[in-house]
Amino acid sequence: MRTDLVVIGAGPAGLAAALAASARGVRVALVDAAAQTGGQFYRQPAAGLGAGRPEALHHQWRTWERLRDGLAAGPVRVLTEHHVWCVERTSDGFTVHALLGPEQEEPVEVHAHAVLLATGGYEHVLPFPGWTLPGVVTAGGAQAMLKGGLVVPGHRAVVAGSGPLLLPVATGLAAAGVEVAALVESTDPGRLARHAPALAGKLPEGAGHAAGLLRHRVPVLTRHTVVRAHGDDRLTGVTVAALDADGRVRPGTARHLPCDTLAVGHGMLPHTDLAETLGCRLDGLTVAVDTEQRTDVPGVWAAGEATGIGGAALALAEGHIAGCSAAAHLYGTAPDPAPAALKARAKLRRSAAALDAACAPPVHWPEHLTDDTVVCRCEEVTAGSVREALDLGAGDERTVKLLTRAGMGWCQGRMCGTAIAGLAGRAPTPAKRPFARPVPLGVLARQHPQEGQS
Amino acid sequence: MSESLTCDVVVVGAGVVGAATALYAARAGLDTVVVDRGPVAGGTTGAGEGNLLVSDKEPGPELELALLSARLWAGLAREGLGEAVEYEAKGGVVVAGTDRALTGLEKFAAEQRAAGVEAVPVPPDRLTDLEPCLAPGLAGGMHYPQDAQVMPALAAAHLLRASKARVRTGQEVTGVLRGPDGAVRGVRTDRGDLHAPAVVNAAGTWGGELAARAGVLLPVRPRRGFVLVTEPLPPRIRHKVYAADYVADVASDSAALQTSPVVEGTPAGPVLIGASRERVGFDRSLSLPALRALAAGAIALFPFLSGVRALRTYAGFRPYLPDHLPAIGPDARVPGLFHACGHEGAGIGLATGTGHLIAQALTGRTPDLDLVPFRPDRFTKEAE
Ligand SMILES: Cc1cc2nc3c(=O)[nH]c(=O)nc-3n(C[C@H](O)[C@H](O)[C@H](O)COP(=O)(O)OP(=O)(O)OC[C@H]3O[C@@H](n4cnc5c(N)ncnc54)[C@H](O)[C@@H]3O)c2cc1C
Ligand SMILES: Cc1cc2nc3c(=O)[nH]c(=O)nc-3n(C[C@H](O)[C@H](O)[C@H](O)COP(=O)(O)OP(=O)(O)OC[C@H]3O[C@@H](n4cnc5c(N)ncnc54)[C@H](O)[C@@H]3O)c2cc1C
Repeated sequence: MRTDLVVIGAGPAGLAAALAASARGVRVALVDAAAQTGGQFYRQPAAGLGAGRPEALHHQWRTWERLRDGLAAGPVRVLTEHHVWCVERTSDGFTVHALLGPEQEEPVEVHAHAVLLATGGYEHVLPFPGWTLPGVVTAGGAQAMLKGGLVVPGHRAVVAGSGPLLLPVATGLAAAGVEVAALVESTDPGRLARHAPALAGKLPEGAGHAAGLLRHRVPVLTRHTVVRAHGDDRLTGVTVAALDADGRVRPGTARHLPCDTLAVGHGMLPHTDLAETLGCRLDGLTVAVDTEQRTDVPGVWAAGEATGIGGAALALAEGHIAGCSAAAHLYGTAPDPAPAALKARAKLRRSAAALDAACAPPVHWPEHLTDDTVVCRCEEVTAGSVREALDLGAGDERTVKLLTRAGMGWCQGRMCGTAIAGLAGRAPTPAKRPFARPVPLGVLARQHPQEGQS
Repeated sequence: MSESLTCDVVVVGAGVVGAATALYAARAGLDTVVVDRGPVAGGTTGAGEGNLLVSDKEPGPELELALLSARLWAGLAREGLGEAVEYEAKGGVVVAGTDRALTGLEKFAAEQRAAGVEAVPVPPDRLTDLEPCLAPGLAGGMHYPQDAQVMPALAAAHLLRASKARVRTGQEVTGVLRGPDGAVRGVRTDRGDLHAPAVVNAAGTWGGELAARAGVLLPVRPRRGFVLVTEPLPPRIRHKVYAADYVADVASDSAALQTSPVVEGTPAGPVLIGASRERVGFDRSLSLPALRALAAGAIALFPFLSGVRALRTYAGFRPYLPDHLPAIGPDARVPGLFHACGHEGAGIGLATGTGHLIAQALTGRTPDLDLVPFRPDRFTKEAE
């Protein structure tokens, strides 16, 4: 298939981008691995939206309806269940290589003059003793359970970690009838207060969730962390402890909270695999873009959480701006993004940066890892083995991986990468994953010009 | 932080070659310090595969070095390092698709046998005894029991540990110190000087850069290689298996892409398919054409691989010299400077022999092999 622009990712950023470009006459294909469009946020409207203030719910619900209807009415080609494993630069543009359906075996290629990466992010979870017990889920996983009605109301949950995603999860669980024993947030509220001006835009949302917590009498423990999850073959409780100003556990503050569910998250990490393989410059862990959302590779745009974590509204604004820029580039005109989108982006980026600065996991979290704590779940590598590798002369994520196999399994280090870096005392660096998805050798071989003549 | 330290020999590079050099130097009684600007095995050693091959080498100095190295690897494994470095004496199987290729393979093997290589012909109907999943219809093959395997990064790390040498990672050698007579006095690093009467250049692909810092020419260049790594599988591939045209690729002088792959299982489960050869400088960008050719080559040998997924791929830069032989031994131009680099696609295999020969040279003993073919000063500017 051939088109002008391929948008990869049909979350808020990709939807807004596809619609903006399409409205300007561009032939657009919108590709997503999921069975439905909507991305992280709109795919689970009940859980994602239901917890906030009703006004917020209505506002976001209307936005989603507008996007969804726009897509249905317009000429955008929507390609769901397309798992993109690589984007290749060609002489006249790009080839997007995808695998079809849940089996991810059948290859599809989409050729285009330009690509727009709106691949979003994935949840970040740092390990701690006991985190592999059944009953411990990610914050996003808890949302999904809620939506699927898998959580039996009446059970006790603890929500823990850091960052703004914990609030909607806690209120969502509480609203579904789950007893939330505590919301354990490692961030110091004082740090949030210091960033108050930049966070002003976020405050109504946060206030809505806070009211929800109050309504459901959810105890909030700030500057606390979960140091261990307990249970033999499933979760029975957690030990929480207070943190001092340096982010170390304060002796004598540990206490036990019985629970059968622990929803834990430490924010989100951007998906940058496709961008990295295309050769786009990264800025830390995010795809670097200019004011028009262009990457430094001509013909490649990026928007949404792939370029920095900041919530659905920011993703929408960036997507719109990127879509307008791509259209202008393809037609040789000047970009014409809505001024409101530019304003929203500026404001929301400021608050995202402020939140990011305030909500960091406790600095000394690796100290909580006992030697038998599994760090890499795919390859079952423990913190002890990682420490042994460091002692053998490994110095970074890559050499730890070489000596222990941590990060070599199915998830390719998406789960454990930052934890390994943390244990090595290094800042996390973007991993190189030339295949964004595992690809059958037969698919690769079929594309070989001399296939069959060995 | 700046400090100065004195020892008998400074080895620059904590890849597998530096590690083996440290091991044999320390065993020869030398107080040894290993310096690397990165972590242990952070260079090409961490980006290669661990084939210890004699099968792909034609008679000559490299084969002699490979045979010496194979004996030393087996010895280290017997001493107890085998498990830590995942040593497996699994043997190699080279297959020929056509009668013509088979004739070439048989002639090549006969020459190798004369040089001390064990090479056992395998008729086409016995190939599946050795490798049950091989493609049908092959013309025949050759079994090389001396081929073996290690996990390169573990090998470097454990040889270094066994050496008990002092290892300084994250420290870059920025210059080679020389006395008024021109002889080596040690190295300058970004964290102080290290004093020693001998310096070994085990800087791999960056060995040319280090030689230049000592004021001499050594034209080490990168030759890129990609490896495909599959999902973990139950053991189905028993040997190192490759097609007879692999040897021609290895020996080739061409800059263009060559891809006849070696296919092998690993103790951890994934199958490794590698590696392409291409001269494109230090360009890391993904080459789908190289990966497609590797996949096609592997499936031609093992059709079941068609449905197996590649989880990842990585690239490394083999250190090569214009005549495809490493530089091993003292540098006549700078007394006290030794080189141990430029092993191209065989540095894991050749590391033990290299380290052993360097230790002999460092302690003034007669090396087990003639070092003349490996002379570091054999290149002139024009030869590049
Ligand atoms: C638990 C939770 C609660 C949240 N609560 C809120 C909230 O209350 N308010 C708020 O503003 N935000 C919230 N968010 C964040 C919000 O979901 C994100 O900000 C938003 O979805 C980002 O939009 P995006 O378009 O950048 O990415 P996403 O919505 O993540 O969409 C990216 C899409 O790309 C697709 N994709 C990625 N890689 C590939 C590939 N290789 N091939 C094919 N498709 C691919 C994915 O399938 C996905 O559909 C929450 C997130 C979580 C996880
Ligand atoms: C894809 C691929 C597959 C391969 N497969 C095999 C195989 O199956 N079998 C085999 O035998 N070989 C194989 N090889 C080749 C093998 O990996 C190399 O020959 C070998 O690793 C070279 O080791 P080395 O110790 O010389 O170099 P390296 O491992 O690169 O070590 C050199 C070290 O020197 C350090 N350094 C450089 N300059 C300085 C400085 N100025 N100061 C301080 N430190 C410095 C670097 O940081 C580096 O760690 C393969 C290579 C590739 C790329």
